[in-house]
Amino acid sequence: MANLLELRNVSKTYTQGIINPKSTVALQDISLTLKEDKPTIMTVAGESGSGKTTLAMLLLGFITPTTGQIIYRGKDITQLTGEDKLAFRREVQAVFQDPFAVFNPFYTVDHLLTVPIKKFKLAKTKAQARDKMDEALTAVGLRSEDVLGRFPHQLSGGQRQRINVARALLLKPRLLVADEPVSMVDASLRASILETLRNLQRDHGVSIIYITHDLTTAYHIAKSIIVLYRGGVMEAGNVDEVIKSPQHPYTRLLVDSIPWPNLNQRWGTDTIKARETGGSATGCPFRSRCPVAMDKCAVQPPLFQMHKTQAAACYLHEANPKIAAERLSELLPV
Amino acid sequence: MVNTQERTAGSGTTRGAAEPPVLRVEKLEVTYYTDAGRAKALDDVSFTLQAGQKLGMVGESGSGKSTLALAMMRMIKAPGRIEGGKVFVGEVELMGLNDEEMRKSRLSRIAYIPQGAMNSLNPVLRIGAQLVDAIKSHRSGDSKAEIEQRCVHALKSVDLDARVFRMFPHELSGGMKQRVCIAIGILLEPQVIIADEPTSALDVVTQRQVMETIDRVKDQINAAVILIGHDMGLMAQFVDRVAVMYSGRLVEVSTVREMFTDPKHPYAKALISSLPNLDNKGVFQGIPGLAPSLLRLPFGCAFHPRCSQVMEVCKSKRPLTRNLQSGRLVTCHLFDQEA
Ligand SMILES: Nc1ncnc2c1ncn2[C@@H]1O[C@H](COP(=O)(O)OP(=O)(O)OP(=O)(O)O)[C@@H](O)[C@H]1O
Ligand code: SF4
Ligand SMILES: [Mg+2]
Repeated sequence: MANLLELRNVSKTYTQGIINPKSTVALQDISLTLKEDKPTIMTVAGESGSGKTTLAMLLLGFITPTTGQIIYRGKDITQLTGEDKLAFRREVQAVFQDPFAVFNPFYTVDHLLTVPIKKFKLAKTKAQARDKMDEALTAVGLRSEDVLGRFPHQLSGGQRQRINVARALLLKPRLLVADEPVSMVDASLRASILETLRNLQRDHGVSIIYITHDLTTAYHIAKSIIVLYRGGVMEAGNVDEVIKSPQHPYTRLLVDSIPWPNLNQRWGTDTIKARETGGSATGCPFRSRCPVAMDKCAVQPPLFQMHKTQAAACYLHEANPKIAAERLSELLPV
Repeated sequence: MVNTQERTAGSGTTRGAAEPPVLRVEKLEVTYYTDAGRAKALDDVSFTLQAGQKLGMVGESGSGKSTLALAMMRMIKAPGRIEGGKVFVGEVELMGLNDEEMRKSRLSRIAYIPQGAMNSLNPVLRIGAQLVDAIKSHRSGDSKAEIEQRCVHALKSVDLDARVFRMFPHELSGGMKQRVCIAIGILLEPQVIIADEPTSALDVVTQRQVMETIDRVKDQINAAVILIGHDMGLMAQFVDRVAVMYSGRLVEVSTVREMFTDPKHPYAKALISSLPNLDNKGVFQGIPGLAPSLLRLPFGCAFHPRCSQVMEVCKSKRPLTRNLQSGRLVTCHLFDQEA
């Protein structure tokens, strides 16, 4: 069956400075496949600076990979033109983390929603357009009468974030890249929006790449998870296995830091080694913070596969067979 | 006025009830005069807070949490207006101060770290300059060196290297920027610190570090902390008491333990049961219905169209806030007899 999206050994390096150029590897050798006929929800988790947002920007074609290729329905996204390009822009949508950054302060909410309707000809009449907007806003728990006509600064943080989600719903994309879409809404609404996203996947065949540091929601909505640290895959697999039984020391730190809404489940008490800036370019990227780092960690570990659907890039698991980075998708249930 | 007997859930000790609260908010009211009509964003909000205590402020987006913070700081801008109420920090009543006295009180008596603060650091100014700017006018008697020393001290107390003083915002990670904002908040050692979603843009590990930082500086200066946020997990791990807002009213204020084990208000109950855990994968228990428009609040209790325990009286009569025997505050007709 055809692939919706394919990442082939994608890396992204940012270079800064002219005299003493410093390069940062934001993403290192990621290969992934999403099938057209098997819509899924995949989580990409990791702390800030782990490369999550770089991945989102690459998928959306906002930046180009330093090496490797991103193929959307058979075509390299950097080469898209004309019809194909328009189709890509419509079929791949994003919901971003920072609603403050996205909105032009001089446009009202209406503008934000009517522009895509016009651009992609989603409605024939004004009334139809209005219905579509109502429907999308209701799905994210907003009333048109409360938000239409308002400027971004007249809305609360969570309201802005939800307008972002509504915009994506309006477009019914094939692939939705959601970068922290619910970080600013309360628990009950978070549940409702995530359910909306899941229904989008289940009933409308939309694949979702859910980028987050919130492992609790990841656990609830996703099938699979990829844990990134400094641009590299630390652990990947079935979301249940990875969160209930994390194998990489970094994933353990993440899971240990989850603030569960449960008074009897206190968050970790281990002191956390601060992340140094820069760090070594070779070896395991987590080495400097890892409580069990060994000499051999100076050489980058490959992924070792513990089960059919779980692998970790850590020498603690070297008794298990290696799995090539290109075969990452085989670990991820859909 | 409500004066609850405070209990610090974290340590389990009862702080002397004789000690007067460091913060007392009484009947605070804010209205936004929008083109579409009057929106009552804050309605009759009263609560107290002891020194050293941490209060979590939760509620749906748009329920008025930031408005409450801004009102306490007297930073509500047009078309909004503070219609009434009092805010005591120690002995001082903020609403009665003149503008100059109020300006001086910000940061020195009460500090606010706004939602998204870390993104609003000035990108072209060094961190040091931004810290100095924040307090220069407050400390006109101090020398430049004294002011700088104070700023470096604040940076150190949030675990940042003194070098950060000379750095630009883009050289810092999100967690570091957020700590700079906390440093600004504590420069003048206020008695009350309000942090509006300080960690919603940070990952869990950094989040934990930032919360631990807030905890430590709070102890150092014995301030009261109000943490505004949505993350009930964070609340469970961090605060002593939880206040729940709905449509501009405080509907429940309880200790964190009471809130998580035995919530009283139907909205608080629904909120608690919507929380994720490891045993209910894929169960999304949102609260049905939409939050009401502030422009057209339902009669009686604003929650009544969504409430599973709604009674006849709820549709016509606005519930009053009751001070239950246990010291909890609840605004719901179900508790009319109990107070
Ligand atoms: N400048 C303004 N003009 C008109 N209405 C406003 C303005 N600022 C806020 N509001 C409205 O007041 C209500 C309360 O907003 P507030 O920002 O206090 O909510 P919040 O509880 O902090 O929400 P969030 O959790 O999403 O940050 C909302 O309905 C909002 O739309
Ligand atoms: S007052 Fe009535 S409608 Fe409101 S929360 Fe209580 S029971 Fe429900
Ligand atoms: Mg707010």
